[in-house]
Amino acid sequence: MTESLTLFLSRDAAARSVGADAVAQRLQQLAQQHGTTLDLVRTGSRGMLWLEPLMEIERDGVRHGFGPLGPDDVETLFEQDFADDHPLALGPVEAMSWMQAQTRLLYRRCGVIDPLDLDGFERMGGLAGLRVAIAQSATDTIEAVTASGLRGRGGAGFPAGIKWKTAAEAPADQKYICCNADEGDSGTFADRMLIEGDPGLLIEGMVIAGLAVGATQGFIYLRSEYPDAIATMRAAIAAWEERGWLGDDILGSGKRFHLTLRRGAGSYVCGEESAMLESLEGKRGQVRVKPPIPAISGLFGKPTIVNNVLTLASVPDILAHGAAAYQALGNERSRGTQAFQLAGNVKRGGLFEAPFGLSLRELIETHGGGTLTGRPIRAVQVGGPLGAYLPASMLDLPLEYEAFAAAGAMLGHGGIVVFDDTVDMARQAEFAMEFCAEESCGKCTPCRIGSVRGAETLAKVRRGEDVEANLALVEELCTVLTDGSLCAMGGLTPMPVMSAIRHFREDFKSEPLQVDETVVG
Amino acid sequence: MGLSKTNRETIEQVCARYGHRADALIEILHDVQRAHACVSDEAARIIAGSLNISRAEIQGVRSFYADFSTTPRAPQRIRLCRAEACQAVGADQLAAELDRAGTPHEAVYCLGNCALGPAALIGERLVGRATPDRLAAASAGSGQDD
Ligand SMILES: Cc1cc2nc3c(=O)[nH]c(=O)nc-3n(C[C@H](O)[C@H](O)[C@H](O)COP(=O)(O)O)c2cc1C
Ligand code: SF4
Ligand code: FES
Repeated sequence: MTESLTLFLSRDAAARSVGADAVAQRLQQLAQQHGTTLDLVRTGSRGMLWLEPLMEIERDGVRHGFGPLGPDDVETLFEQDFADDHPLALGPVEAMSWMQAQTRLLYRRCGVIDPLDLDGFERMGGLAGLRVAIAQSATDTIEAVTASGLRGRGGAGFPAGIKWKTAAEAPADQKYICCNADEGDSGTFADRMLIEGDPGLLIEGMVIAGLAVGATQGFIYLRSEYPDAIATMRAAIAAWEERGWLGDDILGSGKRFHLTLRRGAGSYVCGEESAMLESLEGKRGQVRVKPPIPAISGLFGKPTIVNNVLTLASVPDILAHGAAAYQALGNERSRGTQAFQLAGNVKRGGLFEAPFGLSLRELIETHGGGTLTGRPIRAVQVGGPLGAYLPASMLDLPLEYEAFAAAGAMLGHGGIVVFDDTVDMARQAEFAMEFCAEESCGKCTPCRIGSVRGAETLAKVRRGEDVEANLALVEELCTVLTDGSLCAMGGLTPMPVMSAIRHFREDFKSEPLQVDETVVG
Repeated sequence: MGLSKTNRETIEQVCARYGHRADALIEILHDVQRAHACVSDEAARIIAGSLNISRAEIQGVRSFYADFSTTPRAPQRIRLCRAEACQAVGADQLAAELDRAGTPHEAVYCLGNCALGPAALIGERLVGRATPDRLAAASAGSGQDD
């Protein structure tokens, strides 16, 4: 046995949720028993969540993996000297098909280094983008972001460069950069994984945004349901400040940018950008009427950039390697990579970063291995609770903004939730209305009242009451919601509801329960 | 329910820590909720005085956000994810099982553990692939931590 040993084990909340800490404890114990000095590096996650807790050891510069580990597996790992023929050995991690098939730009450090190791961050390319931003003019930075074709990753897909240019050109004594880390969509965890695994990338992107538009203060609005991400981000901000990478003299450039973390408080609608700004001002999370847009008048009425975590995190690479390299990835008007999140009833769930354009089928069947239960896939919801339900027959749809829009669906934040054939789609439609009723900010009547009516009406449909008439009423309510809502909460709730009705009509009983006369006699 | 002098002082300290800034109200409410398991009317009154905003405003904010309560909540309570990805792997059935066993739980919508559902938070501890047994074990473990 070697005298000193370096092992890598994820500290990501998902890994901890299935026992990574117990594995860590057992590793320490066994190392002590074997008289080995253990350097246990707690990294972010590789995103192969079905293999968590995943532990790695480096041999000849190559990381070899083992997982999913339980505390009871640790003893045999030591006995077999972490050899590749251990029953839980995965071989070289980066050679695994799940890793090979990806283009890891955003997540290249995730799962590799300790998220708070600033030297490791810099060694692996960190700060390169920020240094370019410091050296060049703000106009050049905005020009690069525009030329890259980067679109917002929060859901709406708005071109980032245009937003930045607007805020940069708005005259004001103070401007703000607000990072939307509210990640409320079911089936999404890409923001969380990035913040827990490589918080420096987001900070770097925010500083660049600040320099580009002339903002000296940034806020990260991070959902309270992510306690681990909050702790990691707080520690990362402190570490950056201590190094002089954040603050009054960034990297000795004389330029200024300060960053403050603010927690959400359990409201889905606060992910909507103007509600988020209200919340950041200490108010109820009510959606604001637009115009004015935040880039002109946002936080405290000042020009404000609101961008998703992944949008901001995409910027450092665009500056470091050039807009053209980024633009070369992807399809049509969907450029760069997207962090797809495979979730729900799927055998191999996790985060998969790839250029736009691969099909749902490839992702779910080839990489995801089909359903966890082994039953047939029946429905897939893409893009969070406001996204459409698609039937198994539509799995060949390419994952890109325009193709999804054409199919009456949306990519949103890239969450993909798989359901097997036991799902009751009428119940899912009812839930979508219930969720809207629960989370509505209350500002407009169609959303506030219509969602409650919608849920009640779908409950009647499920009971088989006056199905045709009630479904017609649901459809009418959906039209009112679509046309009369101020924001996408009410405006898009019809998407899951109507797609469920359209594609899975058989689940919405067409007449009162059939009585089998031969049995009743 | 009147707050003791020390409680009043801790609330004022929380407000001071955020520079008595009204825009930090949500942060302040989080800290008070954590320290006192709720934001009572009395606490709201102290915060209002300290930040120089109206009590009605604080009550409005408190009632808007699911994280804040007027009456005490157990810090180690089970918060079960009831959102779609967890529904797809039996979150509703798990909730029903907990109900039958008389285990109290609350609903939350997505904990970012959607590939390892059903997911739950016990205090600040995330549990994946939750079952009644795993939740009971995690609850017992959380108790020891504090
Ligand atoms: C109800 C609702 C919830 C939203 N939730 C989020 C969220 O959690 N994260 C996010 O980045 N964007 C969310 N958005 C989109 C934001 O309003 C906004 O478009 C986005 O933050 C802009 O950043 P981007 O251009 O970088 O995507 C939500 C929108 C709505 C209507
Ligand atoms: S649609 Fe709903 S959530 Fe959006 S502003 Fe109107 S009431 Fe608020
Ligand atoms: S849907 Fe349950 S953790 Fe995301």
